[in-house]
Amino acid sequence: MNAVNPVTVAQRQFISGNEAVAQAARDAGCRVAAAYPGTPSTEILEYVANYPELYSEWSINEKVSLEVAIGASMSGSRALCAMKHVGLNVASDALMTQTLIGAVGGLVIIVADDVGLSSSQNEQDSRYWGRFAHLPVLEPSDAQDAYDMTRAAFDISEQFEVPVIVRLTTRICHVKGVVEAREATEAPQVGGFQKDPARFVMVPGNARHRIPMMMERDNVLRDFAEQTELNRIDPGSNTSMGVITSGAAYFHVREAFPDIPVFKLGFSHPAPVERIREFAASVDQLVVVEEVEPLLETELKAAGITLQGKELLPKVGELTPSVLRPKLAGMLGEALQDAELIPTTEVFPRPPTMCVACPHLGIYYCLSHLRNTIISGDIGCYTLGAGHPWNALDTCISMGASLSTAVGLDKGRAPGDEKKSVIAVIGDSTFLHMGMQGLLDITYNQANVTVLLLDNRAVGMTGGQDAPSSGLNLHGEETSQVDFRKLCEALGVKSERITEVNPYELPTLFKALRTETKIAEPSVIITNQPCVLTERYSKLPPMTVEADKCTGCSNCLDVGCPAILVERRETVVKPNGREKELSFVKIDTAACTGCDLCTNTCAPDAIVPALNVNAINAVEVK
Amino acid sequence: MTDSAVTNILVAGIGGQGVMTAADILATTALAMGLDVKKTEVAGMAQRGGVVTSHVRFGEKVLSPSIPPGEAEILLAFEPAEALRWSSHLKQGGLAMVNTFAQEPPVVSIGLFDYPDDPMGQLAELPLEVHHYDAGHAAIELGDRRLINSIMLGAIADHLPFSADVLLDCLLQRFQRKGEKLVALNREAFELGQHAFS
Repeated sequence: MNAVNPVTVAQRQFISGNEAVAQAARDAGCRVAAAYPGTPSTEILEYVANYPELYSEWSINEKVSLEVAIGASMSGSRALCAMKHVGLNVASDALMTQTLIGAVGGLVIIVADDVGLSSSQNEQDSRYWGRFAHLPVLEPSDAQDAYDMTRAAFDISEQFEVPVIVRLTTRICHVKGVVEAREATEAPQVGGFQKDPARFVMVPGNARHRIPMMMERDNVLRDFAEQTELNRIDPGSNTSMGVITSGAAYFHVREAFPDIPVFKLGFSHPAPVERIREFAASVDQLVVVEEVEPLLETELKAAGITLQGKELLPKVGELTPSVLRPKLAGMLGEALQDAELIPTTEVFPRPPTMCVACPHLGIYYCLSHLRNTIISGDIGCYTLGAGHPWNALDTCISMGASLSTAVGLDKGRAPGDEKKSVIAVIGDSTFLHMGMQGLLDITYNQANVTVLLLDNRAVGMTGGQDAPSSGLNLHGEETSQVDFRKLCEALGVKSERITEVNPYELPTLFKALRTETKIAEPSVIITNQPCVLTERYSKLPPMTVEADKCTGCSNCLDVGCPAILVERRETVVKPNGREKELSFVKIDTAACTGCDLCTNTCAPDAIVPALNVNAINAVEVK
Repeated sequence: MTDSAVTNILVAGIGGQGVMTAADILATTALAMGLDVKKTEVAGMAQRGGVVTSHVRFGEKVLSPSIPPGEAEILLAFEPAEALRWSSHLKQGGLAMVNTFAQEPPVVSIGLFDYPDDPMGQLAELPLEVHHYDAGHAAIELGDRRLINSIMLGAIADHLPFSADVLLDCLLQRFQRKGEKLVALNREAFELGQHAFS
């Protein structure tokens, strides 16, 4: 049961940090892995799912995934959970108490910070959680490190009976590099669950005794940090400046300043203060290069070590060589080699858009045509409704916030806002992650909110992963599927206030929205068409525009489908003397999948099925 | 400064065009040649019709995975406006291989922004070696717009520190299991790219 497949030693693989973490978990004899999808950490569990020798699941949210891992650890099994940075905020309630219990089987928490905000609502530094929860933090610098440190994390977790945080960043998760895996460890003995209420039942009387133990563990970990090979010094010939760094920034520093000594922190919290003090004495000037917050810098300064950090470097975004060179070259007395750069050319922005034929397009077409609305949004593809051409999303904060924020938007109405309709927009997976409580608050407190529950049966933004709404688990196996109508009823929404609509039928959608926003009661409109990225979606033959019928009214452009393109513009003078711009359109038949949404918006019926289309998608290339 | 033995290739385009796949094939080819390789992947929001770039770096030892602005030797641009956007990542005299098949985003379609009138003309004024070809139309004529990928890889095949045959082999390996027809089609696209760029 606990056997692991042998891997070829010293095999050169070209894999991402995420895949390296998955392999390391398998090779370390991890038995349970859980996660909720989130960029940039999503792929970790997708890779883990390939290993039948360990149990893996999509959990409902990150707190649940951590608690699943905690339970497995209490049973003596090695366990891992993975999440993006904001996920650890959700999981933090469990984290802050689990630190008192510690770990039985190795318990590893992978957290991926989206430094640079490639696909997140904020940028935050998860290393703080290590300080807050008194947990060790490991920081890989590339995929090989991600492999090695995930393996090490399990050992450290068991050696010190402590959950271990492995902090990744986007630049680790999504960079592929050459990785050499090591022989899988002998599967550790699983001790089984041993009743130990003084340790596992955290009531005040028990927890009180565990706190001093946690403090003592901090001291032991501090000693370990001074010894471990995860922290090392790369010697350098130019000792006029030394750098202390961790994570992705390590390679950026090495690239920018190849000749200086570098203290690479792999085990970055608790910091090896005495080793750093020695290092400081070996260089003329010392700089801490850490991405996002000045955590190490503050701690080392408090320890009396003279150094510089965020006085010189930005607190936002990645510290790439092109950021580091201009900021630090002066400290080496190096003149900035002002290589003649090609001038940058300003080009239009190309923001992410919704997919061709996305079922959300119809929703946002309708929302953008409704007046007097406050639209409370959530986290998912439908957040893109805030952009052009819809501009139909007014808030976006955190998972599930659309519903609870809507309660406040309703109850806190200012005079003059009485007639505004408060609408909450949330997807199926986000609703199940953290939205159900908000709906319960809406019904419990009878808020006048119309909820649009966009059920596309997938976690769309991260690539169409399964969720309880899809009825399939992480492995694509059939499991129970949530019935949203019943769920909403159970949460207190009146049966007659729940409407199920096909989001491609604009008139039905409009009618449902108009009706429900007028009635001053909690209501839910559930859409029922699948995400176009998933296998549930079936493409239909494409549409085309009959050029002689198109009047240039541009109504179809309000749908926002990327397959509708403007062919030419004309400015005409209307009888009233005003100028009007006309946009004559065409449809990219190679991209169109015939969802028919735009034909609903075309008064002159210029959009028709495309006959005689070359079978240009006939060849499957992936 | 950057180790001159490292080759820096920036692949740029739009989500869904196959930018990541092209970069992956370049990277695995370099790996097959025994080199150290790093390659960035872009996921999440950028997939949704947004700008996608992948940095491919290979050589004896690669440190940072990011190519600093002004240090790319080759820009493989899947779209002309993207070629313009990323041209400043090239070093002086760098090589740009550009697919001239333009793709306007919705923000241009609805008239909020303008597409550059003459992106190729603007590129020609920069101190770069620019080659271009309408790989988009060519791919559609060959039978599938996704063949752009193989055409673009063909375009830079003779400008790499390894032979074009190795790159072609790595490309075709991806289609081995999908039948001879696809292998032949991708070979044709690759060879077209090798010769068509002017």
